[in-house]
Amino acid sequence: MAHAASRPVARRAPRRLTAVLFATVVAALTLSVAAPAAADEIGLDEYDFRISGLVELADEPLEDVRLVIDGGGFSVEVETGADGRWAVGVPQQGDYTVTLDETTLPEGIAVVQTTQEGDETPNSRDVNVGQSGSTVLNFFIGQGERNTVNLWDQIVDRFFNGLNFGLLLALAAIGLSLVFGTTGLSNFAHAELITFGALMALTFSAFLPLWAALLIALILSAGFGWANDAGLWKPLRKRGVGLIPMMIVSIGLSLALRYVFQFFYGGETQQLPGATDASFSIGAFGLSWIDVGSMALSVIVLLAVAYFLLRTRIGKATRAVSDNPALAAASGIDVDRVIRIVWVLAGFLAGMSGIIWAYFRPGVGWDMGFQLLLLTFAAVTLGGLGTAFGALVGALIVGFFVEMSTLIIPSDTKYVGALIILILVLLVRPQGILGRKERIG
Amino acid sequence: MDWIQLLSNAAQEFISPTTAAYALAALGLAVHFGFTGLLNFGQAGFMMLGAYGFAIATLTFGWPVWAAVLFGIVASIVFAFILGLPTLRLRADYLAIVTIAAAEIVRLLFTTNTFEPVTGSANGLQGYKGGFADLNPIPEGTYGFGPFVYNEYDWWLRIVGWSVVALAALVTWQLFKSPWGRVIKGIREDEDAVRALGKNVYFYKMQSLILGGVYGSLAGMIFILPRSVVPSNYQPTLTFFIYAILLLGGAATVFGPILGAMIFWVLLSFFSGFIARAVSEGFLPFMSTVQAGQLRFIFVGLAIMLIVIYRPQGILGNKKELAFVK
Repeated sequence: MAHAASRPVARRAPRRLTAVLFATVVAALTLSVAAPAAADEIGLDEYDFRISGLVELADEPLEDVRLVIDGGGFSVEVETGADGRWAVGVPQQGDYTVTLDETTLPEGIAVVQTTQEGDETPNSRDVNVGQSGSTVLNFFIGQGERNTVNLWDQIVDRFFNGLNFGLLLALAAIGLSLVFGTTGLSNFAHAELITFGALMALTFSAFLPLWAALLIALILSAGFGWANDAGLWKPLRKRGVGLIPMMIVSIGLSLALRYVFQFFYGGETQQLPGATDASFSIGAFGLSWIDVGSMALSVIVLLAVAYFLLRTRIGKATRAVSDNPALAAASGIDVDRVIRIVWVLAGFLAGMSGIIWAYFRPGVGWDMGFQLLLLTFAAVTLGGLGTAFGALVGALIVGFFVEMSTLIIPSDTKYVGALIILILVLLVRPQGILGRKERIG
Repeated sequence: MDWIQLLSNAAQEFISPTTAAYALAALGLAVHFGFTGLLNFGQAGFMMLGAYGFAIATLTFGWPVWAAVLFGIVASIVFAFILGLPTLRLRADYLAIVTIAAAEIVRLLFTTNTFEPVTGSANGLQGYKGGFADLNPIPEGTYGFGPFVYNEYDWWLRIVGWSVVALAALVTWQLFKSPWGRVIKGIREDEDAVRALGKNVYFYKMQSLILGGVYGSLAGMIFILPRSVVPSNYQPTLTFFIYAILLLGGAATVFGPILGAMIFWVLLSFFSGFIARAVSEGFLPFMSTVQAGQLRFIFVGLAIMLIVIYRPQGILGNKKELAFVK
């Protein structure tokens, strides 16, 4: 989760800039000798591939401009040196996104749009590092309006981002919590259920219309959840393997699956159709129609899950098994069937969360689920381990907290706050918000 | 295929400082997990504090080696307190989640640009090895036989690294023969029984957490002597590798982690070298060299699963003394 690709720090409102002065940026060099570590040169010794450039305004180099380079699960930040130059080493060939943090530019200038029409974020550019091992990226800087969003707008933006993030986290967290509740397993491989959904969507959207691809991805995700249970966890339960060994097995599974994904899909970040298309913007709150759609779908699905748990027979049985498996079995509930259904549901929800996460970040990568895993655990623990509605509440809190905290703390530390909250909650109320005391043992 | 080169590369891993660092970190984990039953998934955090504590004390404060080592140890003790206070009273899986989260907090804080002047952010730190190299009594030159030919610094590194491992193993062995060790093992088997004997279980668990954490931080220092400090080395995957080593050797043993580290690295080196060569010679046409590099992670993951399911006591362990009884 650490290298979580963060969205551009300041979202650009759709004001087009009237570039008054023009822009200069000069191409830059590569393959100069790596000087010892300065902030403007990062990881050159460590990695074989590099991206570099020069940020200039009318022949004047700009110092201390921050750039974030993201891609393939790798993320690094760099600031331009006194000569306006920057260079970073990157671990592999592939596509990277270079985002220039406009808040670090001097007052009154901005990155002038250079690529295609309708590019909402000219400060964010994609580059490809190819065979030559090095790439140069130019930013065109000019005077103009930039993302000087006022504080209130920022708060509203963050609020909706937090809601979106919290809802997608809730989808993942409820599955994790239900599995924990019914089987006692803290499933670290839940992250790979999330990644699986996004990867399947990516695979099928290559040759099918998006709606069909998403549908297939969700069905396969549910199937993957079932396969997890049928292929591994059910036999382990039958063997009588303890909960702690099972948890370690899930860590092994997580590691193996993650690199199986990387084996087949590579280390690069790829995009689902429309994920980076700025024309979907609704023109307010920094949201796109995709964001609105994902939020609406999340709410519908979460309501459906709530209905399932509260009103249907099998949902009630699920809660009964969560509460006390032995008693549930004694009163005639088919515990194995309930667990099977919970796994299918968990797979489905995690897959859906993965697809939304792929649009939220944006990007599909082999370790995207793992980036979300600790936050999911934080949400589940916060709400109360094993309680579905606790997971929902916890996820929303974590989502809001992560996004809102960026108003105060640097965005590259935004997950720190959520994890610290997790530890503090355990200090004060270890059973979580909706959990009950007897569970904490 | 160059078998001699392949085998000699693998053989070098027997005494490499990285193997020593992993062995020591795994020994710390054996104290936590194997002997006490604490599920610490934040060993990477302890290593990171040792590594950064040493490097920052040397570079930023300009302290001598002994003080820098002490600083790293103190940092990990403080970390153990912060981890232990909220979680040691709770069930085991809470500690697992909190430790992995805490290790990630530490890593994110060392990675962020906010503290770049001290931590070097994503770029990390280098240039802290001078003091350690100055202590080297070995005259300049190249020594050794067979595949084990190194210069004076590399030998110094190996000697110091493995001495620390040996010392830690001796200390651990003595400790777990002592009454203190029996109480610790008792906590693993049945906490309530130990509590009924009037022992302060919380206090003992905290001591164990600190002891293993100090091993972790020393391991972190050994780990950075042949390389530089880079925050991306300390991802949760590092902890998982150490778990694989521990489970392979035997969780509730003193020599298991050391044997496990040697076997793990020799096999991993041999396997990676073999696959890489096989791919470059075209034996595995469906695989690229990048993919070949990922295979080993897949196998480590599978190894963890298979060991836990089929031989949970590891190579040296005793089935009666399983870390995870319940």
